[in-house]
Amino acid sequence: MTEDRRALLQAVLALLAAGFAAWWLPQVLELFAIINATVYVAMALLALSLALVWGFGGILCFGQAAFFGLGGYAYAVAALNLPDTTYAIPIALGVPMLAAAALGYVMFYGKVSDVYMGVITLTVTLILFNFINSTAGDEWRIGAAPLGGFNGIPATPPLNVPGDPGTALAPEQIFVIAVACLGGCYAVCKLVLRSHFGRVVVAIRENELRAALLGYDVRFHKLAIFAIGGLMAGLAGMLFANCVFVSPTMFSLAYSGQVIIWVMVGGVGTLLGPIIGAMLLQALTAWAGTLPEVNPSLILGLVLVVAVLAIPRGLQPTLAALFRRRTP
Amino acid sequence: MTALLATEGLTMRFGGVVAVDDVNLSVAERELRCLIGPNGAGKSTFFRCLTGQYRPTAGRILWRGRDITGLEPHAIARLGIGIKTQVPSLFDGLTALEGVTLAVRRKHGEREAKRRAMAALERLGIGELAEAQVGLLAHGQRQLVELATVVAPEPDLIILDEPTAGMSAEETAGTATLIREMNRDHAVIVVEHDMQFIRAIASGITVFHQGRILVEDCAERVLADPRVHDVYLGRPPEARMAVPA
Repeated sequence: MTEDRRALLQAVLALLAAGFAAWWLPQVLELFAIINATVYVAMALLALSLALVWGFGGILCFGQAAFFGLGGYAYAVAALNLPDTTYAIPIALGVPMLAAAALGYVMFYGKVSDVYMGVITLTVTLILFNFINSTAGDEWRIGAAPLGGFNGIPATPPLNVPGDPGTALAPEQIFVIAVACLGGCYAVCKLVLRSHFGRVVVAIRENELRAALLGYDVRFHKLAIFAIGGLMAGLAGMLFANCVFVSPTMFSLAYSGQVIIWVMVGGVGTLLGPIIGAMLLQALTAWAGTLPEVNPSLILGLVLVVAVLAIPRGLQPTLAALFRRRTP
Repeated sequence: MTALLATEGLTMRFGGVVAVDDVNLSVAERELRCLIGPNGAGKSTFFRCLTGQYRPTAGRILWRGRDITGLEPHAIARLGIGIKTQVPSLFDGLTALEGVTLAVRRKHGEREAKRRAMAALERLGIGELAEAQVGLLAHGQRQLVELATVVAPEPDLIILDEPTAGMSAEETAGTATLIREMNRDHAVIVVEHDMQFIRAIASGITVFHQGRILVEDCAERVLADPRVHDVYLGRPPEARMAVPA
């Protein structure tokens, strides 16, 4: 089977799996579990966005949470100001994508080196975190939406049935949308990476100079993949805003750090691994949070250390290698 | 007649160090030109200026009479200039065929690009390495894969920086033959150290010394020039003059 066909098959399988999960899980899970599952799916989408940017674009972004938070806040502000929350979707996707494009333009066209890129992305996240934390006063509002400082925007309206603002979607329906978004984004990533554009992006990760000497504009390709990653992180933020609520923690260092750990544990350079890594580690930290004598962050750190030592390539590549070895 | 590639007063300074000093060079269509010189002569800096990796401090670079000074490497490559770096610069995680296909894919569809890439690999005698991961190849093989990457898009000018570095004698001889063959259809600039290789491809030679052009002539005369011997042996011209015949 050719690589192209394999990618197409994997994309179709991902969509089928997403369809099955979207149909089956709402039937067997209770409301609280459905909301929790939606959060997991949103986090998996956030991990997928970094998996694309870092694993394939070679851009280690320490601030993926910035686009996640921007997506959430953009949705909340737009949803509170617009009569139909459906119209908030393009704003929730557009704002983080444009922010990623602007930041990427400065970094890639300014020829900032990899180390400084990490510092800049981290700093931007922290600036946003501190800024949004300081918006507690009543003067900090955009139209009808108060930014709320460290309290965030608790009264974020959920998505409604398109064209029918009076009918808000139920948590089960939002879960279905979240799963469809994750499956769809995975399939799109697969197909993009098999396209000529995707191959150039991977080639740039392998050797920037060679790609440039072949006539490919390295800056443009990096900018494009970074903006796509920003859009996906924004989508994750919008889904998160629909099942929890937006608050400055979305921009926090904890989220930025966690998403890097999810991708590392799942496997840098893979798409499915980070999705699985995000879900497993979310479940693990949630469980650890129920233990009074254990700090969940400590558990997460321990998992990272063990994973780096035991499975340095990450879950997906290690499992795939094991499977290949056992298959005659 | 307008030169294919020319430099006018090209200068590159790093602080107080002048690595390339007022270099005027002209390469015609289908010319084969070798740039030689001892270590530190400024060849590699000149190469990096030509390929857009360095922005010259002063002077101009002209491509068919058009000023291309300061263009980015990708824009220079798009003019039709194929570039091979001193240390093989390849896509280590890809197979040889995938890497060479990318070199052609910008101008052609997937199937045609693959066909041309395979033809380039076979032309270099490494068709059997098509599916090999580049990162796992030996140094000489990597040099050949990079040469295939450079020639596959059929550029108008090919610039090769030390194309035989690390190659076996057999591979070097093969590369010399290949360069002469490439020169039938393309202009070629070769930056080299290896004098035997230079003799083998016998062409116009420009000798660099301390960032400037010392001599520029046909291979026979340049290789017989005592000044060239002196700079390679490290003797200043005045010392040579002082030695009685």
